[in-house]
Amino acid sequence: MTTELLAAAAELQHAEDVGGPAQPLLTVRGLTKHFALKGGALPGAPRKVVRAVDGVDFEVLKGETLGVVGESGCGKSTTARLLMQLIDPSAGEVVFDGRTVGSRELPLKEFRRQVQMVFQDSYASLNPRLTIEDSIAFGPQVHGVSTRESVARARDLLARVGLEPGRFAERYPHELSGGQRQRVNIARALALQPRMVILDEAVSALDKSVEAQVLNLLMDLKAEFGLTYVFISHDLNVVRFISDRVMVMYLGKVAEVGPSDVLFDDPAHPYTRALLSSMPSMDPDNRTMEVPLAGDPPNPIDPPSGCRFHPRCPQAAAVCNRTEPQRVARAQQSVACLIHQRGSGHPLASLA
Amino acid sequence: MLAYILRRIVYAIPIMLGVALVCFALVHLAPGDPLVSILPPDASADLQAQMRELYGFNRSLPEQFASWVWRALQGDLGTSIATSRPVAGEVIKAVGNTLRLAVVATAIGFVFGCLFGFVAGYFRGSWIDRAASVVSVLGVSVPHYWLGMVMVIVFSSILGWLPATGAGPTGSGDWNWNWEQLQFLVLPAITMSVIPMGIIARTVRALVADILEQEFVLGLRAKGLTHFGVFCHIVKNTAPTALAVMGLQLGYLLGGSILIETVFSWPGTGFLLNSAIFQRDLPLLQGSILVLAMFFVVLNLVVDIVQTLLDPRIARG
Amino acid sequence: MSAVLSPSAAAVEPLPAQRSRGYWASVWLRFRRDPVAVGAACVVLLLIAIGIFGPWLAPADPYQASMLNRLKPIGTSGYPLGSDELGRDMLSRLIVGARLSLFIGITPVLFAFVFGAVIGIVAGYAGGAVNSVIMRTIDVFYAFPSVLLAIALSGALGAGILNSLISLTIVFIPQIARVAEAVTTQVRGRDYVEAARASGASAFTIVRVHVLGNVLGPIFVYATSLIAVSMILASGLSFLGLGVKPPEPEWGLMLNTLRTAIYVQPWIAALPGAMIFITSISFNLLSDGLRTAMDNKG
Repeated sequence: MTTELLAAAAELQHAEDVGGPAQPLLTVRGLTKHFALKGGALPGAPRKVVRAVDGVDFEVLKGETLGVVGESGCGKSTTARLLMQLIDPSAGEVVFDGRTVGSRELPLKEFRRQVQMVFQDSYASLNPRLTIEDSIAFGPQVHGVSTRESVARARDLLARVGLEPGRFAERYPHELSGGQRQRVNIARALALQPRMVILDEAVSALDKSVEAQVLNLLMDLKAEFGLTYVFISHDLNVVRFISDRVMVMYLGKVAEVGPSDVLFDDPAHPYTRALLSSMPSMDPDNRTMEVPLAGDPPNPIDPPSGCRFHPRCPQAAAVCNRTEPQRVARAQQSVACLIHQRGSGHPLASLA
Repeated sequence: MLAYILRRIVYAIPIMLGVALVCFALVHLAPGDPLVSILPPDASADLQAQMRELYGFNRSLPEQFASWVWRALQGDLGTSIATSRPVAGEVIKAVGNTLRLAVVATAIGFVFGCLFGFVAGYFRGSWIDRAASVVSVLGVSVPHYWLGMVMVIVFSSILGWLPATGAGPTGSGDWNWNWEQLQFLVLPAITMSVIPMGIIARTVRALVADILEQEFVLGLRAKGLTHFGVFCHIVKNTAPTALAVMGLQLGYLLGGSILIETVFSWPGTGFLLNSAIFQRDLPLLQGSILVLAMFFVVLNLVVDIVQTLLDPRIARG
Repeated sequence: MSAVLSPSAAAVEPLPAQRSRGYWASVWLRFRRDPVAVGAACVVLLLIAIGIFGPWLAPADPYQASMLNRLKPIGTSGYPLGSDELGRDMLSRLIVGARLSLFIGITPVLFAFVFGAVIGIVAGYAGGAVNSVIMRTIDVFYAFPSVLLAIALSGALGAGILNSLISLTIVFIPQIARVAEAVTTQVRGRDYVEAARASGASAFTIVRVHVLGNVLGPIFVYATSLIAVSMILASGLSFLGLGVKPPEPEWGLMLNTLRTAIYVQPWIAALPGAMIFITSISFNLLSDGLRTAMDNKG
């Protein structure tokens, strides 16, 4: 029974591939989300908004793991929820395997079958009133799978994530540890046989040893089911370990995107460089002497003009205050910084 | 903060309108012609038509509502059918009496409620706490009209210490703060104070216990804050909520005084309401309910604003 | 690249051997250990039993008046708790009166629970404009003190049991709806509801599977705390002459008709109120116990 399920899953995987391996699985263009601030506004004054995500473009290629990093408030989690269509975007579009999400070619329910999410808080992600297997079986049942088969699938997935079904299937969430619950959340995400899984700080709340186990599990599952991951985290070491490419976000915009090793070894954007240098080193001879990032933390309600990073950027110039950088290609990365933009007017930039 | 207060006031206006609508609709709730309750069944058609014209029943409902509200805003609440005196006058007189009673009752309830609540919260977990909790549960559970009867039985009938009914020798028109008159206030006020006392005791106990359990209090004690200092600190933190609850309880007492006023024949708004209902005196009924309800809405508003002034965090929420 | 995942990884924390308990089972267990709550529950059950079996338990006919035997004191032979102002046996009237008093007290809360919960859950889950409209309407009714609203509605509708049931139901619906909306809004923001939405489930399915189970408990507990208030209010309406009509035995009505007797037989006049008091305390303690039992996690 299990092997048949597996085979069926693998079949389904390839059958759904529409655009072929070259086409990006996910293309995001101009994604924007502004939250209106509650109250306080007297009539006549313009409403204040929080520019949580302000025009984000990126792609996720089939079979890769895209890491997303940035400080708190940079818009990572909001982006995740926008991708899942859990909140409505203010502007922009999301294209999945060549088809626009929400259009007739790809209705929302179908999209939600193919993309799933694992949340950070493992306890809050599970309904305390349902048993583990009921929680996992819910998704398939919504999409028309019979109860018996849903439960069977749930048990099979539990085994696959390392929780013995006989002992765990009929337990309640409060009877499990954080690591076990997160495995359940992963199983729940996989129950719909998705092609892409978004992991929003999925391992951040776990103890280090448990975190390592879960990361390894994630990588095994990715290989086994041919999944694509978007891995959001603030922990740079973890991101480096698990990601193929990494995207750095700052104050609602994309600062830099590039292959994991390249980005970590040779960051192009000053922000990325500052982020990386803030990672403590294991080498006692290599202590961090200076504060990598100075200045006030960013304010998404009233972002700085021009380049958003310029108040804290060690290489800021006068032009950075006026002009917002476009994303350009540099070597293997793409960067949004005036230094790398030809003819931008920045003293370090090459002339057009 | 000012913006919050303004918004709160503006927000109260549709509520008041809605309340007025409900008051107006009440009278038209009962099936049948409202005129039936005013006139005897054998009244001539002429008289019926006259009354209908007088009370405006021949106009459309929205029209009636609009003119009723308009007149009410000017202080004209119609004329009582039973006494033929203006409703507004009757209500104002009665409100004075009820206010006297309710304010005294609230004050008693607040003082003792805070006392019990504080003691219970301070000594939480001990027998004092449990005893105080029992008292407050009793206070909240007692049918106050029955308690009034028991009070009358004990203090008036059996012991003869206090008068059973009425508002005093000079009646409701002329109130004196002397014992001769005050003795009429004692039993009803105590009876009325029981429920607010129970509720305030519960609230204060929860607040005090909560504050004392917070770690920063431990920190303050470790820094050498005296017991008196802790006490002041607790008072500062519980005062806004306790006062808010007290304000609300005053509102409930004002609106819900009818039962106790009936037991003690206290000539307040509740008593007025009672007679209005049984005499089917519709203008009086409508008028008194409107006044009482508005009182409550305004009181809620005031309580909200005062609470915000005392605890600015609310405005930012 | 990856370590081999061994079953021992999951076996690091041993699990308890027995079957896991559901939520309500653990609530019941906690409730059982609270002597006050259990005592209150017993009294409530006893009262309900009296209410149901009243007519068979009563020693005498509660409607049988006897002008010769009016206001006999407690302990008179044939009248263990005395007789009322029309010579009817008090004990029998109290026992049979339980049925009506409990009925007019509990029924409005029941109906208000159903209607209020539906209104509140819809408002809470829908959010946005729907929520605003519903809750603002509720606010208008909430702007009245409950006693005033109950009496106003009763007074407007007229005396009678049905009318007082209707007016009390209307009084309690806003209160329950408010609680229901607050709890539903809270649950709706939780991650597992987001996850359910992310699975593509319809709103109706999500409410049925995920919201109801987590929301009905707190709403129910709040509703039980209203029963005592409802009983006092319902009997209060009868006390004013707005609810039950004579000669039906009902505790509030009995207080009314016995008022004139407080100088002659004070303790008999006080008896019906004592019954209301006992019932009210028991329901309050029961509701408190239930809330405490449900408060702890897991």
